[in-house]
Amino acid sequence: MAEFSLPANSKVGTGTAHPAPAGAKKPKTFKIYRWNPDDKQNPRVDSYTIDLADCAPMVLDALIKIKNEIDPTLTFRRSCREGVCGSCAMNIDGTNTLACTKPIEEVDGDVAIYPLPHMPVIKDLVPDLTMAYTQLRAIEPWLKSESPPPDRERPQSQEERAKLDGMWECILCFCCTTSCPSYWWNGDRYLGPAILLQAYRWIADSRDEATGERLDALEDPFRLYRCHTIMNCTKTCPKGLNPAKAIAEIKKLMVARR
Amino acid sequence: MADTSGLRNDPRPLSPHLQIYRWQITMVMSIAHRATGIALAVGTLLLVWWLVALAAGPAAHAQAQGFIGSWFGLLLLFGWSVALFYHLCNGIRHLFWDMGRGFEIGAMYASGYAALAATAVLTVIAWGAALVLR
Repeated sequence: MAEFSLPANSKVGTGTAHPAPAGAKKPKTFKIYRWNPDDKQNPRVDSYTIDLADCAPMVLDALIKIKNEIDPTLTFRRSCREGVCGSCAMNIDGTNTLACTKPIEEVDGDVAIYPLPHMPVIKDLVPDLTMAYTQLRAIEPWLKSESPPPDRERPQSQEERAKLDGMWECILCFCCTTSCPSYWWNGDRYLGPAILLQAYRWIADSRDEATGERLDALEDPFRLYRCHTIMNCTKTCPKGLNPAKAIAEIKKLMVARR
Repeated sequence: MADTSGLRNDPRPLSPHLQIYRWQITMVMSIAHRATGIALAVGTLLLVWWLVALAAGPAAHAQAQGFIGSWFGLLLLFGWSVALFYHLCNGIRHLFWDMGRGFEIGAMYASGYAALAATAVLTVIAWGAALVLR
């Protein structure tokens, strides 16, 4: 059953405010969710005011600046800093996106930063993605084929290959999955948009021969059908992909094969 | 499929969700679809009561008519009609989605605003007609 409020150990308090440096030309305040497992305390929101005149343009740049210059304990994941690795996925200004491709200028007023929503927190902005990865494993995201392997590559027409566009680009940042209220309430049984997009990526692949088996595994009131076309997933995807559409295509195939 | 039960039992805090997620028209219209569905189911009881009263004779009918005709009854009826038209118009969006159409963000917003406008127009027409024909 859906639990709309946060558990007692998850309620967020107010933390420390770090004021702007003296003589800041373009001060901007970042309000950042903090939780340290060693503190044995509830999460809190710390605020840091930095000078944008002395900071590169993206939210990730600001986080790195804060970590380097104000508070080295601030913890977040990052790697590629150009939107291809998916590590710095977080909730910025109320929607999920990648800190590295989100310009600070797009946010009016203070910049609120939280971890991906409705996930167990490991520390600060780092969520535990074990569940999501387990679900990815569950859909068996690899090419399955019964026919003997060809001597060279498995050929595909240009039209067949084009069907994979909009799916192979997914970087598994889980912005979409953690934006989905259905996943918030039923994340233990509903696979969520990112995993269903991956499932459809293999269903739609002309070289894959396990379509029936894959659809069987998804034919379930929860795994697939908890999608109620709320559309937060497509709205929030930092790569501009359309998980809601992929889920609709799976649902259509379910009906078509009856 | 792998067994994924039990992974959520964690002493770690749960990150904020509804409390911090920015409300967007798509999300609002989705929850409103569900809310109007429930309102319609409850409102149907009012309709059934009126029909039963109609069958039960003039006295019972007059009593039901008196309640529905009161300002509170009319307010309920107005709410019910809004719920009906909203659920109808948004339901048509759902039919298109079930066909795999209208998933682009622009189309989602356009159909959403169109459904809201149609709800308003249908409600005005229905109540206008009701007041004229009265």
